[in-house]
Amino acid sequence: MWDEKVIQMIIEGIGETMYMTLVPTFLGYVLGMPLGILLTVTDKDGIRPNAGIYKVLDFLSNIFRSIPFLILLILLIPLTRMIVGKSYGSNAMIVPLTIAAAPYIARMVESSLKEVDHGVIEAAQSMGANTMTIVFKVLLMEARTSLITNATIVTATILGYSAMAGTVGADGLGAIAVRYGYNRYQPDIMIVTVILLVLLVQIMQGIGMMLSRHFDRRRTR
Amino acid sequence: MEPIIKIVDLHKDFKQKDMDVHALKGVNLNIYKGDIYGIIGMSGAGKSTLVRCLNFLERPTGGSVFVDGRDLASLTEKQLREARKDIGMIFQHFNLLMQRNVVDNVCFPLEIAGMKKRDARKKAMEYLEIVGLSEKAKAYPAQLSGGQKQRVAIARVLASDPKILLCDEATSALDPQTTKSILQLLKEINQKYGITIVVITHEMAVVQEICSHVAIIDKGNLVEHGTVEEIFQAPKSREAKKLIYQGYEKVAEMKGKRCVRIVFHENSSFEPVIGNMVLAFKAPVNILYANTRDLDGVAKGEMILQLPEDLELGDKMITYLKNAKLSVEELEDYVG
Ligand SMILES: Nc1ncnc2c1ncn2[C@@H]1O[C@H](COP(=O)(O)OP(=O)(O)OP(=O)(O)O)[C@@H](O)[C@H]1O
Ligand SMILES: [Mg+2]
Repeated sequence: MWDEKVIQMIIEGIGETMYMTLVPTFLGYVLGMPLGILLTVTDKDGIRPNAGIYKVLDFLSNIFRSIPFLILLILLIPLTRMIVGKSYGSNAMIVPLTIAAAPYIARMVESSLKEVDHGVIEAAQSMGANTMTIVFKVLLMEARTSLITNATIVTATILGYSAMAGTVGADGLGAIAVRYGYNRYQPDIMIVTVILLVLLVQIMQGIGMMLSRHFDRRRTR
Repeated sequence: MEPIIKIVDLHKDFKQKDMDVHALKGVNLNIYKGDIYGIIGMSGAGKSTLVRCLNFLERPTGGSVFVDGRDLASLTEKQLREARKDIGMIFQHFNLLMQRNVVDNVCFPLEIAGMKKRDARKKAMEYLEIVGLSEKAKAYPAQLSGGQKQRVAIARVLASDPKILLCDEATSALDPQTTKSILQLLKEINQKYGITIVVITHEMAVVQEICSHVAIIDKGNLVEHGTVEEIFQAPKSREAKKLIYQGYEKVAEMKGKRCVRIVFHENSSFEPVIGNMVLAFKAPVNILYANTRDLDGVAKGEMILQLPEDLELGDKMITYLKNAKLSVEELEDYVG
Protein backbone atom coordinates (compact mmCIF):
# COMPACT_ATOMS: atom_id res chain seq x y z
CA MET A 1 0.00 0.00 0.00
CA TRP A 2 3.04 2.34 0.06
CA ASP A 3 2.44 2.86 -3.59
CA GLU A 4 3.11 5.96 -5.59
CA LYS A 5 -0.39 7.27 -4.91
CA VAL A 6 0.07 7.30 -1.16
CA ILE A 7 3.46 8.97 -1.39
CA GLN A 8 2.05 11.52 -3.81
CA MET A 9 -0.80 12.15 -1.37
CA ILE A 10 1.56 12.68 1.55
CA ILE A 11 3.74 15.09 -0.43
CA GLU A 12 0.65 17.07 -1.39
CA GLY A 13 -0.42 16.94 2.26
CA ILE A 14 2.84 18.58 3.33
CA GLY A 15 2.25 21.36 0.80
CA GLU A 16 -1.32 21.91 1.93
CA THR A 17 -0.35 21.93 5.58
CA MET A 18 2.35 24.51 4.92
CA TYR A 19 -0.16 26.58 2.98
CA MET A 20 -2.74 26.38 5.77
CA THR A 21 -0.09 27.31 8.33
CA LEU A 22 1.87 30.07 6.68
CA VAL A 23 -0.97 31.98 4.99
CA PRO A 24 -3.13 32.32 8.14
CA THR A 25 -0.04 33.14 10.19
CA PHE A 26 0.84 35.92 7.77
CA LEU A 27 -2.73 37.25 7.58
CA GLY A 28 -3.01 36.83 11.33
CA TYR A 29 -0.03 39.14 11.77
CA VAL A 30 -1.47 41.66 9.35
CA LEU A 31 -4.51 41.89 11.65
CA GLY A 32 -2.96 41.00 15.00
CA MET A 33 0.18 43.13 14.92
CA PRO A 34 -1.67 46.48 14.82
CA LEU A 35 -4.02 45.18 17.51
CA GLY A 36 -1.10 44.15 19.69
CA ILE A 37 0.53 47.54 19.21
CA LEU A 38 -2.76 49.28 20.08
CA LEU A 39 -3.14 47.13 23.20
CA THR A 40 0.37 48.09 24.31
CA VAL A 41 0.07 51.77 23.54
CA THR A 42 -3.40 52.30 25.04
CA ASP A 43 -2.83 50.32 28.25
CA LYS A 44 -2.69 52.43 31.40
CA ASP A 45 1.13 52.34 31.56
CA GLY A 46 1.36 52.76 27.79
CA ILE A 47 2.57 55.80 25.90
CA ARG A 48 -1.00 56.89 25.03
CA PRO A 49 -3.29 55.47 27.68
CA ASN A 50 -6.89 55.13 26.50
CA ALA A 51 -9.05 53.00 28.75
CA GLY A 52 -11.93 52.84 26.23
CA ILE A 53 -9.94 51.44 23.31
CA TYR A 54 -7.97 49.15 25.57
CA LYS A 55 -11.04 47.61 27.20
CA VAL A 56 -12.80 46.95 23.91
CA LEU A 57 -9.76 45.28 22.33
CA ASP A 58 -8.98 43.40 25.50
CA PHE A 59 -12.54 42.06 25.67
CA LEU A 60 -12.71 41.06 22.00
CA SER A 61 -9.37 39.30 21.99
CA ASN A 62 -10.26 37.39 25.14
CA ILE A 63 -13.61 36.28 23.72
CA PHE A 64 -12.10 34.98 20.50
CA ARG A 65 -9.28 33.24 22.30
CA SER A 66 -11.59 31.46 24.67
CA ILE A 67 -13.67 29.81 21.93
CA PRO A 68 -12.17 26.36 21.15
CA PHE A 69 -10.86 26.34 17.60
CA LEU A 70 -13.14 23.58 16.31
CA ILE A 71 -16.20 25.43 17.55
CA LEU A 72 -14.97 28.72 16.09
CA LEU A 73 -14.49 26.93 12.78
CA ILE A 74 -18.11 25.74 12.80
CA LEU A 75 -19.45 29.11 13.94
CA LEU A 76 -17.62 30.81 11.11
CA ILE A 77 -18.94 28.54 8.35
CA PRO A 78 -21.40 31.16 7.03
CA LEU A 79 -18.63 33.77 6.88
CA THR A 80 -16.27 31.31 5.24
CA ARG A 81 -18.90 30.48 2.60
CA MET A 82 -19.38 34.15 1.94
CA ILE A 83 -15.67 34.82 1.44
CA VAL A 84 -14.41 31.62 -0.21
CA GLY A 85 -17.63 30.20 -1.66
CA LYS A 86 -17.35 26.86 0.10
CA SER A 87 -16.76 25.63 3.62
CA TYR A 88 -14.24 22.80 3.15
CA GLY A 89 -10.76 22.45 1.68
CA SER A 90 -7.56 24.33 2.42
CA ASN A 91 -8.69 27.65 0.98
CA ALA A 92 -11.79 27.67 3.11
CA MET A 93 -9.77 26.88 6.24
CA ILE A 94 -7.72 30.06 5.80
CA VAL A 95 -10.69 32.09 7.12
CA PRO A 96 -11.22 30.47 10.54
CA LEU A 97 -7.49 29.90 10.98
CA THR A 98 -6.77 33.59 10.40
CA ILE A 99 -9.55 34.66 12.72
CA ALA A 100 -8.30 32.30 15.42
CA ALA A 101 -4.73 33.49 14.91
CA ALA A 102 -5.26 37.25 14.97
CA PRO A 103 -6.30 37.79 18.62
CA TYR A 104 -3.76 35.21 19.77
CA ILE A 105 -1.05 37.05 17.83
CA ALA A 106 -2.25 40.39 19.23
CA ARG A 107 -1.67 39.04 22.76
CA MET A 108 1.73 37.64 21.84
CA VAL A 109 2.79 40.96 20.30
CA GLU A 110 1.49 42.84 23.33
CA SER A 111 3.48 40.66 25.72
CA SER A 112 6.66 41.10 23.65
CA LEU A 113 6.31 44.86 23.44
CA LYS A 114 5.64 45.15 27.15
CA GLU A 115 9.00 43.54 27.84
CA VAL A 116 10.73 46.65 26.51
CA ASP A 117 12.37 48.54 29.36
CA HIS A 118 10.25 51.51 30.33
CA GLY A 119 13.37 53.61 30.85
CA VAL A 120 14.29 53.36 27.17
CA ILE A 121 10.83 54.57 26.17
CA GLU A 122 11.18 57.42 28.62
CA ALA A 123 14.58 58.33 27.16
CA ALA A 124 12.98 58.53 23.71
CA GLN A 125 10.20 60.71 25.08
CA SER A 126 12.75 62.99 26.71
CA MET A 127 14.32 63.47 23.25
CA GLY A 128 10.99 64.59 21.86
CA ALA A 129 10.09 61.39 20.00
CA ASN A 130 6.45 61.10 18.90
CA THR A 131 4.26 58.03 19.31
CA MET A 132 5.01 56.62 15.85
CA THR A 133 8.76 56.91 16.35
CA ILE A 134 8.51 55.20 19.71
CA VAL A 135 6.40 52.36 18.27
CA PHE A 136 8.55 51.70 15.21
CA LYS A 137 12.03 52.63 16.36
CA VAL A 138 11.90 51.72 20.02
CA LEU A 139 9.18 49.16 20.80
CA LEU A 140 9.31 47.00 17.68
CA MET A 141 13.09 47.20 17.28
CA GLU A 142 13.94 46.56 20.91
CA ALA A 143 11.44 43.70 21.16
CA ARG A 144 12.39 42.06 17.88
CA THR A 145 13.98 38.91 19.29
CA SER A 146 11.01 38.28 21.50
CA LEU A 147 8.65 38.98 18.56
CA ILE A 148 10.47 36.42 16.42
CA THR A 149 10.53 33.80 19.16
CA ASN A 150 6.82 34.31 19.69
CA ALA A 151 6.15 34.12 15.94
CA THR A 152 7.72 30.66 16.03
CA ILE A 153 5.35 29.60 18.76
CA VAL A 154 2.41 31.12 16.87
CA THR A 155 3.32 29.23 13.68
CA ALA A 156 3.54 25.90 15.51
CA THR A 157 0.15 26.57 17.13
CA ILE A 158 -1.49 27.40 13.79
CA LEU A 159 0.02 24.23 12.36
CA GLY A 160 -1.69 22.34 15.14
CA TYR A 161 -5.00 24.08 14.38
CA SER A 162 -4.67 23.25 10.69
CA ALA A 163 -4.24 19.59 11.57
CA MET A 164 -7.32 19.82 13.77
CA ALA A 165 -9.23 21.32 10.86
CA GLY A 166 -8.51 18.03 9.09
CA THR A 167 -11.23 16.35 11.15
CA VAL A 168 -13.91 18.50 9.58
CA GLY A 169 -13.04 18.49 5.95
CA ALA A 170 -9.77 20.23 5.37
CA ASP A 171 -6.81 18.87 3.42
CA GLY A 172 -3.26 18.46 4.60
CA LEU A 173 -1.39 16.08 6.85
CA GLY A 174 -3.97 16.35 9.60
CA ALA A 175 -6.73 15.24 7.25
CA ILE A 176 -4.63 12.30 6.04
CA ALA A 177 -3.92 11.21 9.58
CA VAL A 178 -7.62 11.28 10.41
CA ARG A 179 -8.69 9.58 7.23
CA TYR A 180 -6.24 6.70 7.43
CA GLY A 181 -5.63 6.41 11.13
CA TYR A 182 -9.17 6.86 12.37
CA ASN A 183 -11.60 6.07 9.57
CA ARG A 184 -9.70 3.21 7.87
CA TYR A 185 -7.50 2.20 10.75
CA GLN A 186 -4.18 2.17 8.92
CA PRO A 187 -1.89 3.26 11.75
CA ASP A 188 1.32 3.18 9.70
CA ILE A 189 0.19 6.03 7.44
CA MET A 190 -1.07 7.91 10.45
CA ILE A 191 2.28 7.50 12.22
CA VAL A 192 4.16 8.75 9.17
CA THR A 193 2.00 11.87 8.98
CA VAL A 194 2.43 12.49 12.70
CA ILE A 195 6.20 12.21 12.36
CA LEU A 196 6.06 14.64 9.44
CA LEU A 197 4.04 17.11 11.53
CA VAL A 198 6.57 16.86 14.33
CA LEU A 199 9.41 17.41 11.85
CA LEU A 200 7.69 20.48 10.40
CA VAL A 201 7.34 21.99 13.86
CA GLN A 202 10.98 21.20 14.62
CA ILE A 203 12.18 22.83 11.42
CA MET A 204 10.12 25.97 11.99
CA GLN A 205 11.31 26.10 15.58
CA GLY A 206 14.90 25.83 14.40
CA ILE A 207 14.52 28.57 11.81
CA GLY A 208 12.75 30.83 14.32
CA MET A 209 15.43 30.42 16.97
CA MET A 210 18.18 31.00 14.43
CA LEU A 211 16.57 34.22 13.23
CA SER A 212 15.91 35.39 16.74
CA ARG A 213 19.52 34.82 17.72
CA HIS A 214 20.75 36.43 14.54
CA PHE A 215 18.88 39.63 15.33
CA ASP A 216 19.79 39.81 19.01
CA ARG A 217 22.45 42.39 19.82
CA ARG A 218 22.19 42.08 23.56
CA ARG A 219 24.76 39.32 23.84
CA THR A 220 28.20 40.30 25.03
CA ARG A 221 29.92 39.02 21.90
CA MET B 1 18.59 88.05 34.55
CA GLU B 2 15.72 85.67 33.83
CA PRO B 3 16.22 82.18 35.21
CA ILE B 4 16.45 79.48 32.54
CA ILE B 5 14.31 77.23 34.74
CA LYS B 6 11.72 78.78 37.01
CA ILE B 7 9.75 76.50 39.26
CA VAL B 8 6.72 78.10 40.89
CA ASP B 9 4.71 76.47 43.67
CA LEU B 10 5.05 73.06 42.07
CA HIS B 11 2.77 70.29 43.32
CA LYS B 12 2.56 66.68 42.29
CA ASP B 13 0.08 64.21 43.73
CA PHE B 14 -0.02 60.59 42.70
CA LYS B 15 -3.52 59.23 43.00
CA GLN B 16 -3.55 55.63 44.03
CA LYS B 17 -6.35 53.27 44.93
CA ASP B 18 -6.04 53.40 48.69
CA MET B 19 -4.34 56.78 49.17
CA ASP B 20 -2.79 59.82 47.54
CA VAL B 21 0.93 60.40 47.61
CA HIS B 22 1.96 64.05 47.77
CA ALA B 23 5.34 63.79 46.11
CA LEU B 24 5.87 67.57 45.75
CA LYS B 25 4.24 70.08 48.08
CA GLY B 26 4.83 73.51 46.62
CA VAL B 27 8.40 73.76 45.40
CA ASN B 28 9.84 77.13 44.33
CA LEU B 29 13.24 77.35 42.70
CA ASN B 30 15.13 79.44 40.15
CA ILE B 31 17.97 77.97 38.16
CA TYR B 32 20.12 80.30 36.05
CA LYS B 33 21.97 79.72 32.83
CA GLY B 34 25.32 78.06 33.39
CA ASP B 35 24.51 76.77 36.88
CA ILE B 36 25.22 73.23 37.89
CA TYR B 37 22.35 72.81 40.27
CA GLY B 38 22.37 69.87 42.65
CA ILE B 39 19.12 68.58 44.08
CA ILE B 40 19.75 66.32 47.01
CA GLY B 41 17.54 64.45 49.40
CA MET B 42 16.85 61.11 51.00
CA SER B 43 15.23 58.26 49.10
CA GLY B 44 11.58 59.03 48.40
CA ALA B 45 12.02 62.76 48.98
CA GLY B 46 10.65 63.58 45.55
CA LYS B 47 13.87 64.31 43.63
CA SER B 48 13.05 62.20 40.59
CA THR B 49 9.51 63.52 40.52
CA LEU B 50 10.83 67.08 40.58
CA VAL B 51 13.31 66.58 37.75
CA ARG B 52 10.74 64.69 35.67
CA CYS B 53 8.43 67.67 36.00
CA LEU B 54 11.10 69.84 34.39
CA ASN B 55 10.54 68.20 30.98
CA PHE B 56 6.96 67.16 31.69
CA LEU B 57 7.68 63.45 31.61
CA GLU B 58 5.53 63.87 34.69
CA ARG B 59 2.72 66.42 34.52
CA PRO B 60 2.54 68.53 37.68
CA THR B 61 -0.81 68.63 39.43
CA GLY B 62 -0.27 72.24 40.49
CA GLY B 63 2.05 75.17 39.95
CA SER B 64 4.17 75.95 36.91
CA VAL B 65 7.49 75.23 35.29
CA PHE B 66 8.95 77.90 33.02
CA VAL B 67 11.81 76.90 30.77
CA ASP B 68 13.44 79.79 28.95
CA GLY B 69 10.47 81.91 29.94
CA ARG B 70 7.87 79.54 28.47
CA ASP B 71 5.25 77.91 30.65
CA LEU B 72 5.49 74.20 29.77
CA ALA B 73 1.83 73.67 30.68
CA SER B 74 0.78 76.09 27.95
CA LEU B 75 2.43 74.10 25.15
CA THR B 76 0.65 71.77 22.75
CA GLU B 77 1.91 68.17 22.50
CA LYS B 78 3.90 69.07 19.43
CA GLN B 79 5.42 72.18 20.98
CA LEU B 80 6.29 70.18 24.06
CA ARG B 81 8.13 67.61 21.94
CA GLU B 82 10.05 70.46 20.32
CA ALA B 83 10.81 72.00 23.71
CA ARG B 84 12.13 68.67 24.96
CA LYS B 85 14.84 68.74 22.31
CA ASP B 86 16.40 71.58 24.30
CA ILE B 87 16.21 69.64 27.56
CA GLY B 88 18.42 66.56 27.53
CA MET B 89 18.18 63.89 30.18
CA ILE B 90 20.49 61.14 31.38
CA PHE B 91 19.46 58.35 33.68
CA GLN B 92 20.79 56.06 36.39
CA HIS B 93 20.38 53.01 34.17
CA PHE B 94 21.58 54.73 30.98
CA ASN B 95 18.52 53.67 28.94
CA LEU B 96 20.34 52.99 25.71
CA LEU B 97 18.72 51.12 22.85
CA MET B 98 20.15 47.63 23.30
CA GLN B 99 19.56 46.58 19.69
CA ARG B 100 21.44 49.52 18.21
CA ASN B 101 25.17 49.98 18.22
CA VAL B 102 26.83 52.91 19.93
CA VAL B 103 26.96 55.30 16.99
CA ASP B 104 23.35 54.54 16.03
CA ASN B 105 22.30 55.25 19.59
CA VAL B 106 23.88 58.68 19.33
CA CYS B 107 22.15 59.15 15.96
CA PHE B 108 18.72 58.46 17.46
CA PRO B 109 17.84 62.01 18.60
CA LEU B 110 19.14 63.32 15.26
CA GLU B 111 16.81 60.92 13.41
CA ILE B 112 13.97 62.22 15.55
CA ALA B 113 14.94 65.73 14.52
CA GLY B 114 14.82 64.62 10.88
CA MET B 115 18.51 64.89 10.07
CA LYS B 116 19.90 63.00 7.06
CA LYS B 117 21.55 59.72 7.97
CA ARG B 118 25.01 60.69 6.72
CA ASP B 119 25.06 64.03 8.50
CA ALA B 120 23.73 62.38 11.65
CA ARG B 121 26.52 59.78 11.61
CA LYS B 122 29.14 62.43 11.14
CA LYS B 123 27.80 64.49 14.03
CA ALA B 124 27.43 61.39 16.19
CA MET B 125 31.08 60.49 15.62
CA GLU B 126 32.13 63.98 16.69
CA TYR B 127 30.30 63.62 19.98
CA LEU B 128 31.68 60.14 20.55
CA GLU B 129 35.10 61.70 20.15
CA ILE B 130 34.24 64.26 22.84
CA VAL B 131 33.23 61.59 25.34
CA GLY B 132 36.28 59.51 24.40
CA LEU B 133 34.51 56.54 22.86
CA SER B 134 35.23 56.79 19.12
CA GLU B 135 36.75 53.34 18.97
CA LYS B 136 33.58 51.79 20.41
CA ALA B 137 31.30 53.24 17.73
CA LYS B 138 30.42 49.83 16.31
CA ALA B 139 30.05 48.07 19.68
CA TYR B 140 26.66 47.28 21.19
CA PRO B 141 25.67 48.58 24.65
CA ALA B 142 25.76 45.05 26.11
CA GLN B 143 29.49 45.01 25.40
CA LEU B 144 30.23 48.19 27.35
CA SER B 145 30.94 48.91 31.01
CA GLY B 146 28.60 51.10 33.05
CA GLY B 147 30.82 54.14 32.71
CA GLN B 148 31.11 53.66 28.96
CA LYS B 149 27.34 53.32 28.66
CA GLN B 150 26.86 56.59 30.52
CA ARG B 151 29.35 58.23 28.16
CA VAL B 152 27.30 57.05 25.20
CA ALA B 153 24.20 58.46 26.87
CA ILE B 154 26.01 61.77 27.34
CA ALA B 155 27.11 61.83 23.69
CA ARG B 156 23.53 61.04 22.69
CA VAL B 157 22.17 63.89 24.76
CA LEU B 158 24.81 66.38 23.53
CA ALA B 159 24.06 65.52 19.91
CA SER B 160 20.80 67.41 20.05
CA ASP B 161 22.52 70.58 21.35
CA PRO B 162 20.46 70.95 24.51
CA LYS B 163 20.43 74.09 26.62
CA ILE B 164 19.67 72.13 29.75
CA LEU B 165 20.84 68.74 30.89
CA LEU B 166 18.89 66.84 33.56
CA CYS B 167 20.75 64.03 35.34
CA ASP B 168 18.73 61.69 37.53
CA GLU B 169 21.20 59.76 39.69
CA ALA B 170 23.46 59.53 36.65
CA THR B 171 26.36 58.16 38.66
CA SER B 172 24.54 56.06 41.24
CA ALA B 173 25.15 52.81 39.39
CA LEU B 174 28.88 53.49 38.98
CA ASP B 175 31.92 52.87 41.13
CA PRO B 176 33.67 55.88 42.77
CA GLN B 177 36.44 56.11 40.19
CA THR B 178 34.04 56.03 37.23
CA THR B 179 31.73 58.45 39.04
CA LYS B 180 34.59 60.93 39.25
CA SER B 181 35.36 60.70 35.56
CA ILE B 182 31.70 61.09 34.56
CA LEU B 183 31.31 64.10 36.86
CA GLN B 184 34.46 65.57 35.36
CA LEU B 185 32.97 65.14 31.89
CA LEU B 186 29.75 66.87 32.96
CA LYS B 187 31.77 69.74 34.35
CA GLU B 188 33.65 70.11 31.07
CA ILE B 189 30.38 70.10 29.15
CA ASN B 190 29.05 72.81 31.41
CA GLN B 191 32.13 74.97 30.90
CA LYS B 192 32.64 74.33 27.19
CA TYR B 193 29.06 74.58 25.96
CA GLY B 194 27.49 76.62 28.74
CA ILE B 195 24.84 73.96 29.25
CA THR B 196 22.89 74.36 32.47
CA ILE B 197 22.95 71.10 34.39
CA VAL B 198 20.54 69.84 37.03
CA VAL B 199 22.00 67.00 39.04
CA ILE B 200 19.80 64.76 41.16
CA THR B 201 21.66 62.77 43.75
CA HIS B 202 21.49 61.41 47.25
CA GLU B 203 25.24 61.76 47.75
CA MET B 204 26.72 64.97 49.11
CA ALA B 205 30.04 64.03 47.51
CA VAL B 206 28.54 64.45 44.05
CA VAL B 207 27.30 67.93 44.93
CA GLN B 208 30.68 68.90 46.34
CA GLU B 209 32.43 67.60 43.27
CA ILE B 210 30.65 69.59 40.58
CA CYS B 211 27.74 71.71 41.72
CA SER B 212 27.64 75.48 41.96
CA HIS B 213 24.29 75.48 43.75
CA VAL B 214 22.33 72.99 45.77
CA ALA B 215 18.76 72.56 46.91
CA ILE B 216 17.78 70.16 49.65
CA ILE B 217 14.46 68.45 49.32
CA ASP B 218 12.75 66.51 52.06
CA LYS B 219 9.35 64.81 51.93
CA GLY B 220 8.27 66.89 48.98
CA ASN B 221 9.39 70.21 50.43
CA LEU B 222 12.37 72.27 49.41
CA VAL B 223 13.94 72.98 52.79
CA GLU B 224 17.08 74.90 51.90
CA HIS B 225 18.88 76.17 48.84
CA GLY B 226 21.82 78.35 47.92
CA THR B 227 25.37 78.12 46.68
CA VAL B 228 27.23 74.97 47.60
CA GLU B 229 29.72 77.08 49.61
CA GLU B 230 26.98 78.62 51.74
CA ILE B 231 25.11 75.44 52.46
CA PHE B 232 28.20 73.40 52.98
CA GLN B 233 29.78 75.85 55.43
CA ALA B 234 26.69 76.64 57.39
CA PRO B 235 23.82 74.28 56.85
CA LYS B 236 20.72 75.60 58.61
CA SER B 237 18.06 72.96 58.30
CA ARG B 238 18.14 69.61 60.06
CA GLU B 239 17.89 67.83 56.73
CA ALA B 240 20.83 69.72 55.26
CA LYS B 241 22.93 68.87 58.31
CA LYS B 242 21.93 65.27 58.13
CA LEU B 243 22.93 65.02 54.48
CA ILE B 244 26.21 66.80 55.00
CA TYR B 245 27.10 64.65 57.98
CA GLN B 246 26.05 61.41 56.35
CA GLY B 247 29.66 60.63 55.50
CA TYR B 248 30.71 60.63 59.16
CA GLU B 249 28.71 57.65 60.22
CA LYS B 250 31.86 55.58 60.50
CA VAL B 251 33.00 57.84 63.35
CA ALA B 252 31.09 56.14 66.10
CA GLU B 253 33.07 57.30 69.11
CA MET B 254 32.32 60.97 68.54
CA LYS B 255 28.92 60.53 70.18
CA GLY B 256 28.63 62.30 73.50
CA LYS B 257 32.04 64.02 73.46
CA ARG B 258 32.63 67.59 72.42
CA CYS B 259 33.18 67.69 68.68
CA VAL B 260 33.42 70.44 66.11
CA ARG B 261 33.17 70.34 62.39
CA ILE B 262 35.47 72.75 60.62
CA VAL B 263 35.32 73.68 56.97
CA PHE B 264 38.22 74.95 54.90
CA HIS B 265 37.38 77.29 52.03
CA GLU B 266 38.98 79.93 49.81
CA ASN B 267 39.50 82.47 52.57
CA SER B 268 40.95 80.03 55.05
CA SER B 269 44.50 80.53 56.24
CA PHE B 270 47.28 78.83 54.32
CA GLU B 271 49.22 77.82 57.44
CA PRO B 272 48.85 74.35 58.92
CA VAL B 273 46.10 75.50 61.27
CA ILE B 274 45.55 72.35 63.29
CA GLY B 275 49.24 71.75 63.91
CA ASN B 276 49.79 75.34 65.02
CA MET B 277 46.78 75.19 67.32
CA VAL B 278 48.06 72.06 69.05
CA LEU B 279 51.44 73.73 69.54
CA ALA B 280 49.88 76.97 70.80
CA PHE B 281 47.63 75.31 73.40
CA LYS B 282 49.94 72.41 74.22
CA ALA B 283 46.89 70.18 74.19
CA PRO B 284 46.06 67.38 71.75
CA VAL B 285 42.96 67.18 69.62
CA ASN B 286 41.63 64.10 67.97
CA ILE B 287 40.93 64.14 64.24
CA LEU B 288 37.88 61.94 63.85
CA TYR B 289 37.21 62.60 60.23
CA ALA B 290 38.93 64.50 57.47
CA ASN B 291 38.02 65.05 53.90
CA THR B 292 40.23 67.69 52.43
CA ARG B 293 41.44 68.30 48.94
CA ASP B 294 43.93 70.65 47.46
CA LEU B 295 42.06 72.78 44.96
CA ASP B 296 44.25 75.23 43.07
CA GLY B 297 46.70 75.38 45.96
CA VAL B 298 44.03 76.02 48.60
CA ALA B 299 42.95 73.37 51.05
CA LYS B 300 39.23 72.77 50.72
CA GLY B 301 37.11 70.35 52.63
CA GLU B 302 36.17 69.53 56.15
CA MET B 303 37.36 67.92 59.35
CA ILE B 304 35.80 66.75 62.54
CA LEU B 305 37.86 67.38 65.67
CA GLN B 306 37.33 66.03 69.14
CA LEU B 307 38.27 68.77 71.61
CA PRO B 308 39.71 68.29 75.12
CA GLU B 309 37.24 67.75 77.99
CA ASP B 310 38.18 71.11 79.52
CA LEU B 311 35.35 73.46 78.48
CA GLU B 312 37.35 76.67 78.68
CA LEU B 313 40.22 75.25 76.65
CA GLY B 314 37.72 73.97 74.07
CA ASP B 315 36.16 77.42 73.75
CA LYS B 316 39.56 78.97 73.22
CA MET B 317 40.35 76.49 70.52
CA ILE B 318 37.09 77.30 68.74
CA THR B 319 37.95 80.98 68.82
CA TYR B 320 41.40 80.18 67.47
CA LEU B 321 39.94 78.25 64.57
CA LYS B 322 37.46 81.00 63.80
CA ASN B 323 40.28 83.53 63.76
CA ALA B 324 42.01 81.39 61.16
CA LYS B 325 38.95 82.02 58.95
CA LEU B 326 37.59 78.53 59.17
CA SER B 327 33.91 77.80 59.54
CA VAL B 328 33.43 76.13 62.88
CA GLU B 329 30.33 74.41 64.10
CA GLU B 330 29.70 72.39 67.24
CA LEU B 331 28.14 69.00 66.68
CA GLU B 332 26.04 68.68 69.82
CA ASP B 333 22.87 67.45 68.26
CA TYR B 334 24.60 65.08 65.94
CA VAL B 335 23.91 61.45 66.57
CA GLY B 336 25.71 59.23 64.11
N1 LIG C 1 4.37 56.88 39.45
C1 LIG C 1 4.19 56.97 40.77
N2 LIG C 1 3.03 56.55 41.34
C2 LIG C 1 2.83 56.66 42.65
N3 LIG C 1 3.71 57.17 43.52
C3 LIG C 1 4.88 57.61 43.04
C4 LIG C 1 5.19 57.53 41.64
N4 LIG C 1 6.43 58.03 41.45
C5 LIG C 1 6.87 58.41 42.66
N5 LIG C 1 5.95 58.17 43.63
C6 LIG C 1 6.08 58.47 45.06
O1 LIG C 1 6.48 59.80 45.19
C7 LIG C 1 7.44 59.95 46.23
C8 LIG C 1 8.70 60.57 45.66
O2 LIG C 1 9.30 59.67 44.75
P1 LIG C 1 10.61 60.01 43.94
O3 LIG C 1 10.85 58.89 43.01
O4 LIG C 1 10.51 61.36 43.36
O5 LIG C 1 11.71 59.99 45.08
P2 LIG C 1 13.29 60.17 44.97
O6 LIG C 1 13.64 61.33 45.82
O7 LIG C 1 13.69 60.22 43.55
O8 LIG C 1 13.83 58.84 45.65
P3 LIG C 1 15.07 57.92 45.26
O9 LIG C 1 16.28 58.55 45.83
O10 LIG C 1 14.75 56.62 45.95
O11 LIG C 1 15.10 57.79 43.76
C9 LIG C 1 7.65 58.56 46.80
O12 LIG C 1 6.87 58.44 47.96
C10 LIG C 1 7.15 57.65 45.72
O13 LIG C 1 6.64 56.47 46.27
MG1 LIG D 1 14.82 58.93 42.24
